[in-house]
Amino acid sequence: MRSSGSQILVGLFMLAGFAALVMLGYKVSNFQEFARQDTYTLIANFTNIGGLKVRSPVKVGGVVVGRVSNIELDNRSLTPVVYMAIAAEYDQFSSESSAAIQTSGLLGEQFISLTPGGDEVILEDGDEIEDTQSALVLEDLIGQFLFNRPSGNN
Amino acid sequence: MNDAIARLGAGTLTFLATLGRSGHLLIRSLLLIPGWRDLARISLQIFSVGVKSLVIIVVAGFFIGMVLGLQGYTNLVRFGAEAALGPFVALSLVRELGPVVSALLFAGRAGSSLTAEIGLMKATEQLAGMELMAVDPLRRIVTPRFWAGFISMPLLAAIFTAVGIIGAYLVGVSWLGVDGGSFWSGMQDSVDFQKDILNGVVKSLVFGFVVTWIAVFRGYDTLPTSEGISRSTTQTVVHSSLAVLGLDFILTALMFGELN
Amino acid sequence: MQGNKATRDEGDSHVRIEDMHFHRGERAIFNGISLDIPRGKITAIMGPSGTGKTTLLRLIGGQLIPSAGAIHFDGENIPELGRSALYRVRRKMGVLFQSGALFTDMSVYDNVAFPLRENTSLPEAVIRNIVLMKLEAVGLRGARNLMPAELSGGMSRRAALARAIALDPEIIMYDEPFAGQDPISMGVVVRLVKSLNETLGLTSVVVTHDVQEVSSIADYIYVFAGGKVIGQGTPEQMRADQTPRVSQFMQGLPDGPVPFHYPAPDFEQDLMGADSHE
Repeated sequence: MRSSGSQILVGLFMLAGFAALVMLGYKVSNFQEFARQDTYTLIANFTNIGGLKVRSPVKVGGVVVGRVSNIELDNRSLTPVVYMAIAAEYDQFSSESSAAIQTSGLLGEQFISLTPGGDEVILEDGDEIEDTQSALVLEDLIGQFLFNRPSGNN
Repeated sequence: MNDAIARLGAGTLTFLATLGRSGHLLIRSLLLIPGWRDLARISLQIFSVGVKSLVIIVVAGFFIGMVLGLQGYTNLVRFGAEAALGPFVALSLVRELGPVVSALLFAGRAGSSLTAEIGLMKATEQLAGMELMAVDPLRRIVTPRFWAGFISMPLLAAIFTAVGIIGAYLVGVSWLGVDGGSFWSGMQDSVDFQKDILNGVVKSLVFGFVVTWIAVFRGYDTLPTSEGISRSTTQTVVHSSLAVLGLDFILTALMFGELN
Repeated sequence: MQGNKATRDEGDSHVRIEDMHFHRGERAIFNGISLDIPRGKITAIMGPSGTGKTTLLRLIGGQLIPSAGAIHFDGENIPELGRSALYRVRRKMGVLFQSGALFTDMSVYDNVAFPLRENTSLPEAVIRNIVLMKLEAVGLRGARNLMPAELSGGMSRRAALARAIALDPEIIMYDEPFAGQDPISMGVVVRLVKSLNETLGLTSVVVTHDVQEVSSIADYIYVFAGGKVIGQGTPEQMRADQTPRVSQFMQGLPDGPVPFHYPAPDFEQDLMGADSHE
């Protein structure tokens, strides 16, 4: 058949297309993380989340252990509630752990930094981290600095 | 004045009739379920629609990636943020440039040749002859080309994007000295598989569908003269390029519109 | 000879058109025509260019639907047939288009094999035999591996003829088979039309305006003008016809009822610039 040569090329073309998709999945995007879906959820209340977004990383000592999965406003206390999806392998956070919203660099993206505590009780799926520290908002800091300076000089 | 209104009305009616005929063609050719014989025909059409567009897609993707690497670097380095080159390049390519530019190239390369081919078959009475030989030209000619375009487009867009990222890597990392590790890991941090890559694939599926539809319809509906074919070919490129850009805005608004 | 009224009674007609009207936009192409195409005979449909002769073939093939009237093919009314019934009927028809309409991306062999492969489930060996038989009939067995672009005009028309008879149709319709042919290939086509009609007993419909060629082979002639049948009969009767319009066409006179001049105002006045556009 005349078409067999072109059929091989079509096969190669489709292989190349799928290879490109696989490369985009594994090398370019977070597909590996996406594929590994064993996570459990921790909840934390903040007074101000600053620029935190869904999918912002959750880190312990700089190591990414999870992502922010959802952000809501608690209707009663009117404070933000942050849901974090933590990889199932990191399941040893005690109830005394604390969560802080920090910024990578001066203007970089914001993330949640978890600091493990020493308590015996281990946090499980759906538990809440009590000890939280809200985002530092640069504008507030500048405002405080300007407000406080006269008294500092006197 | 009356004349202008009459012309507007006539134009609207012509437009509606054209839309109706193209919808009729779409429905009739998609209702035909491909069988084994059709698969061989689809593969032959993937060859002429997809494989033959590969060179222009790869070359264009490579150069666009290199330009993105260069422009991104010169602008980011002023803020000391050249580490953001990876995410910048990857997000531009995956979300927008990959699907859109490859669809525009596809319209110019494959769409115009589809229109010209089918139009020529119509002008030389090959379609009419087929019909009188009790063979449905929609099934034999239109349907395989349709599926071939639909299948080829996302693959071409993926190849375009991947080659573009490699081009940006060559310029940014190998030439300008951005750190390779942060190039890739920054990308992985900011490109979401579901939100960015899959949405990009959905975009290119939609573009492939629309471009092939316009191309096939313009060929099938052409005036069977050489002037008619050349006009239809031009119309294919113009209409499908505009359709791609317009749809891209709508799709982007739907997919990425709600800011987090 | 054969073409007298007696051979055209109902039982014998293969295609029978009754009071058929067809409009394209505002323009009436056919204005109530009736004709019979007798089985196994060569019927010529003649008329000046632009009288819708090709349209008539498309109407018989069911590609166009008349606005009124009936087209009976073997007793079935074509315009009323559903899709699958129409395709079944079309398998009994062969059409030779003016341009040949060979598929440009296939060799001559594959072109002739095309209707067989699409419409039958014959094994490839049988198809090969049929294709070679048909190609032998038109004298192109040696050209089977050529592509249509490599054929001369006369050869591609013969190859298209082989394809048109591949399914052994009952009726074959020729659209301007003699147009644009050199004298030799014209003679070849004339002989082929005649011999296919005789050896296979094919009902043949020849649409043409080549009076001389078709008069030598046709059994019966219809002459069209202005959407109507203006004359019919055997070639002898037609040549003797004294109706002005028919005789003008049959003799090929430049002026007559069909005027040489496109309608225009008086020549003298026109030259004087009576209505000249400034």
